[in-house]
Amino acid sequence: MSAALFEYLLRLGDNTLVLGHRVSEWCGVAPALEEDIALANTALDFIGQTQMWLAYAAEVEDKGRDADALAFRRDVWDFRSLLLVEQTNGDFGKTLMRQFLFDAFNVLNLTALVGSADVRIAEIAAKSVKEAQYHLERSRETVIALGDGTQESNRRMQKALDVLWPFAGEMFVVDAVDTEMQKAGIGPDLAALRGEWVAIIQPVLTSAMLTLPESDFAHKGGKTGVRHSEHLGHMLATMQFLPRAYPDAQW
Amino acid sequence: MSDLKKEWPLWEVFIRGQHGMSHRHVGSLHASDEEMAILNARDVYTRRNEGVSIWVVEAKHIGASSPDQKGPLYEPSNSKVYRHPTFFDIPDDVGAM
Repeated sequence: MSAALFEYLLRLGDNTLVLGHRVSEWCGVAPALEEDIALANTALDFIGQTQMWLAYAAEVEDKGRDADALAFRRDVWDFRSLLLVEQTNGDFGKTLMRQFLFDAFNVLNLTALVGSADVRIAEIAAKSVKEAQYHLERSRETVIALGDGTQESNRRMQKALDVLWPFAGEMFVVDAVDTEMQKAGIGPDLAALRGEWVAIIQPVLTSAMLTLPESDFAHKGGKTGVRHSEHLGHMLATMQFLPRAYPDAQW
Repeated sequence: MSDLKKEWPLWEVFIRGQHGMSHRHVGSLHASDEEMAILNARDVYTRRNEGVSIWVVEAKHIGASSPDQKGPLYEPSNSKVYRHPTFFDIPDDVGAM
């Protein structure tokens, strides 16, 4: 049980850690000051959520590691993040499309986790879900504005959707860990969330004049750690450099 | 400033703090429409828990007095001390007025 719970908490924490770092890469270079600070806020929300998930994961593991050790001293194959969140930022439109696809899932997942049988998970979810709802409101508005904007912005958003779509399906893939969590009343049935997720994204993409790709082919291997994309290792090299080069540095 | 027409319009932002005070002007920002202006105001001006309510108004809709008019507008009231309610003692527990 505790091995599966540890694995499950790593998935939650690694998603927010990897996406939080990705979003933070926009700090200082976003297309407008207002978007820059909004993305930085979002990144900080995710890192805050990461601290809670990974701190709990470290307690469950009970091997003397803490949240920082889990974040900065694991290599690619030990990460349990979805393939979607490690995809590169690309242009602003791709970043916001990735954000929107994840935010819609995150709100549904966290809303379910508020009722988790694990009190600690329920508390973290209750705190995080309000942030996630705001992220979704923001990414939804931006996806519509850019999709239903100029010919060029529409073209870029459709391209972003087409590129990211095959990575979205992994969010709803159920494996043994998910099944064990669901049976224990700790986590939701991910497969059942897919219908609600489509109900959120479909009308938004329609308003944004975008077409949902027909194929439901989904790349897998991120949340199991079996096959991350080549992007995650490069990201970790940047993210983990300082604590690896200067172990236990304080400031 | 390549092409001004491509810039988002300017919005003035008013935030109401948590102490039952009125909305106060806190600054301005750019946004494509009213909804985004409120979201941007939330991100730019309420990061440190400054507010419970946000108003935004497009800057072009604000009428402003001209600095040239400051003589006729303000100077006549300089010499009218009898308009100040200095004859009343305000009890401390009234609080901010």
